[in-house]
Amino acid sequence: MPGVEGFMYPNEVELQWSVLIVLYPFLTGLVAGAFILASLERVFQVQEVKPTYRLALLTALAYLLIAPLPLQLHLGHPERSYEMYLTPHKTSAMAMFGFVYLWYLMAVLVFEIWLDYRRDIVVLSQSTTGWKRLIYRVMTLGSSNISEHALKVDERVGWLITLIGIPSAFLLHGYVGFIFGSIKANPWWSSPLMPVVFIFSAMVSGIAAVMLLYMLLTWARKETIDMRCVDTVARYLFYTFIIDFALEMLDLIHRIYESDESFRSLDFMVHTKLYMSHIVVQIVLGTITPIALLALTQVLRLGEMSRKRIYAVAGCLTLVGIFAMRWNVVIGGQLFSKSFLGYTTYKMGLVTREGLLVAIVLTFLPLAILWVLVKLLPPWPEKNSSAVPDPAPAH
Amino acid sequence: MSITRRHMLLLLPAAAVAWKHVLAGTPGASPNYKMSEHWWSMLIDLPKCIGCGNCVRACQSENDVPDGYFRTWVERYHVTDYDIENPHVDSPGGGKMGFPPAKEEGGKNFFVPKLCNHCADSPCTQVCPVGATFIGPDGVVLVDPKYCLGCRYCVQACPYGCRFINPKSNTAEKCTLCYHRITKGLTTACCESCPTGARQLADLKNPNDPIHEFLKTHSVQILKPSMATHAKVFYNGLDGSVR
Amino acid sequence: MNVFKDAGHLFRMAAVFVVGCLAFVGMRAFLVPKSFGQYGHYRGDAITEIAARPVNYAGHQACEDCHADVLEKKKSGKHVHVNCEACHGPLAKHADDPGSVKPAKLDTAVLCVRCHEANIAKPKGFPQVASADHSSGLPCDTCHQPHSPAIVAEGTTGGTK
Repeated sequence: MPGVEGFMYPNEVELQWSVLIVLYPFLTGLVAGAFILASLERVFQVQEVKPTYRLALLTALAYLLIAPLPLQLHLGHPERSYEMYLTPHKTSAMAMFGFVYLWYLMAVLVFEIWLDYRRDIVVLSQSTTGWKRLIYRVMTLGSSNISEHALKVDERVGWLITLIGIPSAFLLHGYVGFIFGSIKANPWWSSPLMPVVFIFSAMVSGIAAVMLLYMLLTWARKETIDMRCVDTVARYLFYTFIIDFALEMLDLIHRIYESDESFRSLDFMVHTKLYMSHIVVQIVLGTITPIALLALTQVLRLGEMSRKRIYAVAGCLTLVGIFAMRWNVVIGGQLFSKSFLGYTTYKMGLVTREGLLVAIVLTFLPLAILWVLVKLLPPWPEKNSSAVPDPAPAH
Repeated sequence: MSITRRHMLLLLPAAAVAWKHVLAGTPGASPNYKMSEHWWSMLIDLPKCIGCGNCVRACQSENDVPDGYFRTWVERYHVTDYDIENPHVDSPGGGKMGFPPAKEEGGKNFFVPKLCNHCADSPCTQVCPVGATFIGPDGVVLVDPKYCLGCRYCVQACPYGCRFINPKSNTAEKCTLCYHRITKGLTTACCESCPTGARQLADLKNPNDPIHEFLKTHSVQILKPSMATHAKVFYNGLDGSVR
Repeated sequence: MNVFKDAGHLFRMAAVFVVGCLAFVGMRAFLVPKSFGQYGHYRGDAITEIAARPVNYAGHQACEDCHADVLEKKKSGKHVHVNCEACHGPLAKHADDPGSVKPAKLDTAVLCVRCHEANIAKPKGFPQVASADHSSGLPCDTCHQPHSPAIVAEGTTGGTK
């Protein structure tokens, strides 16, 4: 059979989950990671990262809004997806999706953004005109109370929401790891480490994404980058990456040591079919290189320009590496036969419903949404605008 | 032999009786089928399988299975000497048109028909997010094609590779143990067309079913017992090399 | 309670959530299929729908009701346990309407080799031949009657058609 080496059960030759299912955990990972970065400031009082707080929340929202799209495009019957809300099967991790998603979107992200921005929304609902005014007025929910006490109430509730949001973010992305980790039929996936590895790699990708976006947007606004902020974000990226790398190495060492019945087949797969994506892209380019670059900035005293360049390169490599990790988990888990006697090939379409073009569009669509959100809810005060004074320093 | 009108007069009543056999069990015609009285399984007697592929063809014909996908298939094993950890396995077209002459000489060679094992603890029903696949009260694991989303989670969760997505309906599909036949008192299409009796439908709740005696007197295994799926397809004479 | 004084906006947000939840519960009562949960976490009607699918193989009992003569012939031979449709294919339509639906004539040169062509993986005791050497291209029914395949000496019953 073309594309098949060795023996595969006849129904296994065609891959079930495509690049869109690689994209979904990548997108929700960015959501969870961006949110964790935001919570660093809000809950753990890391003041240095404050300039990224609002941007992180908006980034999370932009990616969360797009996240269900790859899933819908992948389903055989997307018009039936509401069934997950009607009759969720309690033993299925996937059934959780609808509720966890809605909870995180409404009760955490939207609520927290609304609380943090409420003062600006009320002011903008009075100062703008036309359809923009209507949007802001709807967002105020009819209340224009921005007295100091009201804002203090918002502050307390917002803190509580962020606190609840942290385990919620872990749940939003952890359940995806569990979807793979709980499949005993697939030894590449089945592992209790899977949800943990997913969460940590999510944090790495989210932090890297916000760091890059902050640097990019600040440069685009012709403002000066707050180096104390970026240095701190990079430091958290570095620490989280070390933990993530340690977890992945633990999984690898454990597999090699135990060498169970699946090991030979998987090992062969990693050295042949997954060599480029796993060894070269994920490990060397996407993990070891950024960690080494970030380590340089921690150990050496480098100038501002050098640090910015290193952060930019490390950030980009990190995102590529984390995408490769999702690819290796999802696609890699389907390239080998459950008989451990053969391998198949992933034939990715280009312009099909689940093809490369759709994946690229869905990857960059959240940035378009983010652009709209940034225009609607500016994360930073405009220098020459008197309409929205500096946010209350109550944080 | 040409059919004359006289023959027709003789044959038609017989045909009506015969057709009654076929219909005896449709919801309307036979309300006698009570799900709670049955616990369906299958026995595969491997020393009898000749790899003719009748079962694969019959299943495709009975159940309108699309080309390239298989509700049941036959594998051929070639095990050299004592190396049961490295069998050579092939299943050309699922074994549907039988098997070409073997390329390798010697060794131990045999056929293994495979199908959905209708596991009592099936991982596929566990992971379905909406309840579109389930084990019925009579032990048959089924898919509800009107409710299935086509998310493919069940296909990933099956350790035996017996599920696929039907490209016409975009829903999950697999062996139904010919549910539409066994509820009418017929046997499955694969068992009906097996010339050697290698495949036998069995009802574990029927005390007179020959499977009870068979299980007591033969060495019988299920596939991948370590997965703890409590598979209900029993294999007589299953070799250690079978994956 | 001072804390509620400036919290009017929070109550409005809470109201949005409550309305959403109520709408969800309402729609659920209307959208979940009626037979869902009848036997378990699935649509009970699915079982009857699947059981009602049409049958293509009539089953050997249906054949034997009309073709008792063939059954008699089979009883004495090695093919006694080979069901009719194993060779003749699905014939439920024929059993339903024997006059108008006629089974196709089988080509023994193709049909018999499926089971009886020699193959190293077939059980040793199973009758198998290398067809090219065995009949030098002649179709199997030249010498064997499929319903009772043993070749008997001339002058006795059975044998060729």
